[in-house]
Amino acid sequence: MRAMVIDDSRAMRMILKRIVTKLNFEALEAGDGKEALDLLATLTEVPDLALIDWNMPNMNGLEFVTHVRADPRLREMTLVMVTTESEQSQIVRALAAGAHEYVIKPFTEGAMIEKLALLGLVPTGANS
Amino acid sequence: MTLSQSEFAYVSQLVRKEASIVLAPGKEYLVEARLIPVARVVGAPNVNEFLAELQRRPNPVNQRKIIDALTTNETSWFRDREPFAALTDVVLPELVKSRGPVRKLRFWSAASSSGQEAYSLAITMQEALPPGWSYEIMGTDISTVMVKRAETAEYSQVEVNRGLPASQLVQYFERAGAHWRITQQLRRNVSFRLMNLTTPLPPMQPFDVIFLRNVLIYFDVATKRTVLQNVARLLRPDGWLFLGAAETTIGIDDSYERVAAGRTSAYRVRNGVPAGAARRG
Repeated sequence: MRAMVIDDSRAMRMILKRIVTKLNFEALEAGDGKEALDLLATLTEVPDLALIDWNMPNMNGLEFVTHVRADPRLREMTLVMVTTESEQSQIVRALAAGAHEYVIKPFTEGAMIEKLALLGLVPTGANS
Repeated sequence: MTLSQSEFAYVSQLVRKEASIVLAPGKEYLVEARLIPVARVVGAPNVNEFLAELQRRPNPVNQRKIIDALTTNETSWFRDREPFAALTDVVLPELVKSRGPVRKLRFWSAASSSGQEAYSLAITMQEALPPGWSYEIMGTDISTVMVKRAETAEYSQVEVNRGLPASQLVQYFERAGAHWRITQQLRRNVSFRLMNLTTPLPPMQPFDVIFLRNVLIYFDVATKRTVLQNVARLLRPDGWLFLGAAETTIGIDDSYERVAAGRTSAYRVRNGVPAGAARRG
């Protein structure tokens, strides 16, 4: 299993990479949506999961989600927004654009694992 | 600063007597960590002074604060998932058949802590019950603080991240400043009250489903038996009891039998009245 971590904060990428690596994902990373799309274009195998910040330079997380959903090659990728944006309307927008889940920062490692369990990407109880 | 043996013994006895919870030696650090904020709130210089004063002059209000601090546990939405899946896939179809004339179901979240389990049940019912059916959910807890919190129905960002699908967050919650509040539509079906499961329980209408999860683990065998007997009296003869994954009635109370429920297990009262007969009761 492979996970792509997309966030302009290096520290946040480190945190997310540590979590997914612990869950036996191979971690890839990108600093914004554009960089992530460029990286995806070079891959023969599409990652199973992308953890996506909202506010990033060049291409924000919502635009990235919209691009991914419009590309049949990337259809199988599970998209999780991981962001400080916490207004109800923004969550609705992200889900409508095609994000599968939404994690509001700050979050605990346990909360992230529970969200991934909801999506069937890690076994239920991986957190205990 | 660490708790002395006698201070730990005092707290252990108090919690054992009032909440039937066994605090094994080695939990001194936990007791101290939980009591530091309590000592601060009552204006004591530290936990040692707080406990010394309480032993000199017993004060029920502050004793209750200790019990509250030591009986509250972290919880999350749809904790462990499987019991909720079993409810939707196995339990509800059967209950809907047998309760057809009444079209109402009653649930009990025993030891409801800050309310996530009770509200998770409510969300499940909103989505799984056929049109025209109603439900009531009662949450009970030994902690006054937790009962009040659950009634408030407000949760922090960190708390709503815990196991709650985003689609349900936007559907069943509304923003309340920096927090999220359960919608009125859900709250009106859920109530909370203070209750000690180890003492004789007040008279209540029986329940179709009881969630008594991750509660028995804190009790000794005799107390577990008392709780299970108390609960059995409030479970409809064809009702369902869900325990935590690490808990069982086996070897404690033979009036229950374990049955498969989806990918998990539930417990039913042995020789319970057949489902069809129960509705006449």
